Amino acid sequence: MKCRELAEFLFDYVSGDLAVERREHFEFHLSKCGNCHEYLVQYQMTIKAGKIACGDLSDELPKNIPEDLVKAVLAARKI
Amino acid sequence: MGSATPVDDETALIAQLRKGDEAAFERVVRQYGGRLLAVARRIVGTEEDARDVVQDAFLNAFKSLDRFEGNAKLSTWLHRIAVNAALMKLRTRKRKPEQSIDTLLPGFQDDGHFEERFQSWEEPVDKALEREENRELVRQQIDALPDSYRTVLVLRDIEGLDTEETAKMLGLSVNATKIRLHRARQALRTMLAPHFGSARA
Repeated sequence: MKCRELAEFLFDYVSGDLAVERREHFEFHLSKCGNCHEYLVQYQMTIKAGKIACGDLSDELPKNIPEDLVKAVLAARKI
Repeated sequence: MGSATPVDDETALIAQLRKGDEAAFERVVRQYGGRLLAVARRIVGTEEDARDVVQDAFLNAFKSLDRFEGNAKLSTWLHRIAVNAALMKLRTRKRKPEQSIDTLLPGFQDDGHFEERFQSWEEPVDKALEREENRELVRQQIDALPDSYRTVLVLRDIEGLDTEETAKMLGLSVNATKIRLHRARQALRTMLAPHFGSARA
C-alpha cells in the first residue's frame, strides 16, 4: 500500500469499516511510515477539534436565546 | 422544575403545548432556543439567517405537535426540525459559485508518497482547545469551508448524525456523503495545521 491509497482508505479505517485484509495492509504501512502515521493522527484530531469547538461545552453556545428572538417567535406563532 | 422526573416533566410539557398553553410555548423556546440557534448558525453561517431558521423551526414544530411521538425526546425532535429548516434556508439562499477545495487536499508524488512532510502538532487537540481562542479559531475555519462541505461535516461530525441520516438530509448517496465528508475533514486539517503545527506562521 502506498501513502496515496492510505489517504484514500483513511475514512473507512477511522470508521472501523475496513475489511480485515486491507486493514492489515493499512496498519503495516502505518507502522513503517511516520508521515502517514502523523497524517492519521491529525485527521483524527481534526474530527475531535470540531466536536470540542462546537460542542455543548463551548462558550459560543448561548445559555439563553436572545430576548428579542423569544418575543419574535412567540409573536409569530399567533399570526 | 419541581420534583418531577425529566420524562414526566416532558410528557406534561407536551400536553400543555398541545392544549395551546402560552407559558409552555415560552418555556420551550427559552429552554431549547439557544441550542437551536447554535446549530442553525453553524449550518447557515450568518446570524440573521440563523435567527430566521430558529423562528421557522419553532413554528414548524408547534404546528406539527400532533406528529411528535411520545417515545422521542423533545430536544432531539426540535433539533432535527431545526437542521432541516437550516438546510432549507441554504437551498433557497442565492449562492455564489462554490470555491473548490482541491488546493486544501493533500498532494502526492509520482511514486505515491505525500508531497508534504507533516509536522506534528504542538499539543494534543483537547489540550489546545481548553483555550477559548483556539475553539473560536476552529469554528472560524469550519465556517470558512464551502457550504456543501461544511454542512456534511457539521451534520456528521458535530451534530453526530450517522452517515445514512446525513446522506438522506442532504439528498446524497451514502457513498457521495462519505467522499464529501472525507474531503471536508482533509481540508479542515489543512486549514488547522498552520495554527496547531510546530511551524507557526
